[in-house]
Amino acid sequence: MTQSSGTVMASAAVANLPGTGLGASGSAGVGVPHGAPYVARRRPLRFGYYLGRLVLYGIVLAGAITYAMPFVWMLSTAVKPGYQVYLIPPVWFPETYQWSNFWVPWGNLPFAQFYANTSLVTFFSVTGTLVSSSLVAFAFARMRFRGRDRLFLLVLSTMMLPNQVTLVPLYLLFTKLGWINSLLPLIVPHWFGSAFHIFLLRQYMMSIPLELDDAARIDGASWIDIYWRITVPLARPAMGVVSIFAFTASWNDYLYPLIYLNETKNFTIALGLPLLSSRYVTEIQQTMAQTVLAILPLILVFFLAQRYYIQGVVVSGVKG
Amino acid sequence: MAYLFIAPWLVGFLIFTAGAMAFSLYLSMNDTDLLSMSEFVGVKNYLKAFQQKLFFKAIGVTFYYTLLVVPLGTIVALAIAMMLNQKVEPVAFWRTIYYLPAVVSGVAVALLWGWVLNPEFGLVNQVLKAIGLPGPRWFASEDWAIPGVVLIAVWGTGTNMLLYLAGLQAVSTELQEASRIDGANAWQVFRHVTLPLITPTIFFNVVTNIIASFQVFTTAYVLTQGGPNNATLTMVLYLYRESFQLFHFGYASALAWILFAIILIFTMVLLRSSSFWVHYEGGLRR
Repeated sequence: MTQSSGTVMASAAVANLPGTGLGASGSAGVGVPHGAPYVARRRPLRFGYYLGRLVLYGIVLAGAITYAMPFVWMLSTAVKPGYQVYLIPPVWFPETYQWSNFWVPWGNLPFAQFYANTSLVTFFSVTGTLVSSSLVAFAFARMRFRGRDRLFLLVLSTMMLPNQVTLVPLYLLFTKLGWINSLLPLIVPHWFGSAFHIFLLRQYMMSIPLELDDAARIDGASWIDIYWRITVPLARPAMGVVSIFAFTASWNDYLYPLIYLNETKNFTIALGLPLLSSRYVTEIQQTMAQTVLAILPLILVFFLAQRYYIQGVVVSGVKG
Repeated sequence: MAYLFIAPWLVGFLIFTAGAMAFSLYLSMNDTDLLSMSEFVGVKNYLKAFQQKLFFKAIGVTFYYTLLVVPLGTIVALAIAMMLNQKVEPVAFWRTIYYLPAVVSGVAVALLWGWVLNPEFGLVNQVLKAIGLPGPRWFASEDWAIPGVVLIAVWGTGTNMLLYLAGLQAVSTELQEASRIDGANAWQVFRHVTLPLITPTIFFNVVTNIIASFQVFTTAYVLTQGGPNNATLTMVLYLYRESFQLFHFGYASALAWILFAIILIFTMVLLRSSSFWVHYEGGLRR
């Protein structure tokens, strides 16, 4: 049990290496406060102190193993041949590795199509969110116009609205437009800005000195120039956070694709994945292998952009 | 000029939010399905909800889920954050492990846990069996299906954990040291110094968690489709059934507004209650 989890954690540690600079960079993240004053206790308690630390590390490790275990279980199942899956007690390392779990289902269901659809939706949703939300955020952060603060309050209040209320009207609207069973309803709404991302970008853009705009204005730059040449490049970290959030949301989205798509060839991976367990005799090792593939992009992006991720989560929570 | 910049949001707001809401309100007062469009019925759809057994079932399931997942998620997330805040090196590594489940959500997590909680061959029941405990039948049982969904949500509580960690790191160590010198023990320091100082974070998490738990859908739908015997029929699942499987658009719209009202009431009550237990440094109160 501990053996197999060790391998996963070791690989996580390797993948984590570039991220260890996180705390040191100290830029508003939740990194380790390296310079924090640390009062060492040099009292007779020393033994008790080390015992306490040992217990603490023990609990943290046990918790981490528990948290990682479902992933390990998934990976272990994903490489098993069918006859090794249903064993009591279970085996963590199968006698033979059946790598074909990763590609055999591609012959039964159009997985290539699912991934193509998902990539299309994700790419154009993220682009749309970035373009539209940054434009709107720019106006709210850098420009002066009548009703600005009231409108911004309106933006914020739409965040509270549960999207169930607009579910049916939007469905009927897209039916009227003939967009049902196409990827359009999953993409187009993202080109009109999203309140949460507008808020996030606006907060960041507020922190850029206004003098930059003034100087550029004197040099004859238009607002579009300022937006494109000054604010957007300087707001890159916030844009990074927004793209990660938008990417994850699009990739994981289930309810909207479920409503808008009804032909298998148009499915995203979120809709395609459960077909494995309903359409044929369930081959759980194949389902697990495909689940691994489906979450791989998410995990990859997380490790590549861990800093943005963690800062983004924290920044978005600070408003509370 | 500025209006040109905010035009995307403005147009989107008018169509996808304000327009859609108005239309939803209109639909909720009509007897509508896909073929026969609208016959005005006033508040009949709203009254109808309160005569439906399934409606109360859905409310009950949703409340039960919320009641389990919010306290449990809070305690687990806070406990992990507090452990990691004890300078357990390397923090980035542990944090990654505990946060990773939150990165993958939705269908993949549901399928993964469906297998982990498989009554016969799943990991959890095999472990329980090994230590001599009878494993529940999880998603095949009426009593254990919701606890199963709760378990999945608590596993994915990484976002809360990160926020608590950030909150804890903002608590000044001097204050804690001072109370230690004054003779407070570890529990007293936590109870009277640390905990009050992170109540704003707790408040934020609890509010967002309650809102989210009232809207839970994907896990329950993928794993059980609301079953067994409607044991996991959450509000949104009921709404989904009524609107997109039975095409009762009018009734479903009324349901959506009822759900909205419930969420609004709970948020308001929490906001009101916050002045009693949320401590804002500098004495600022809302």
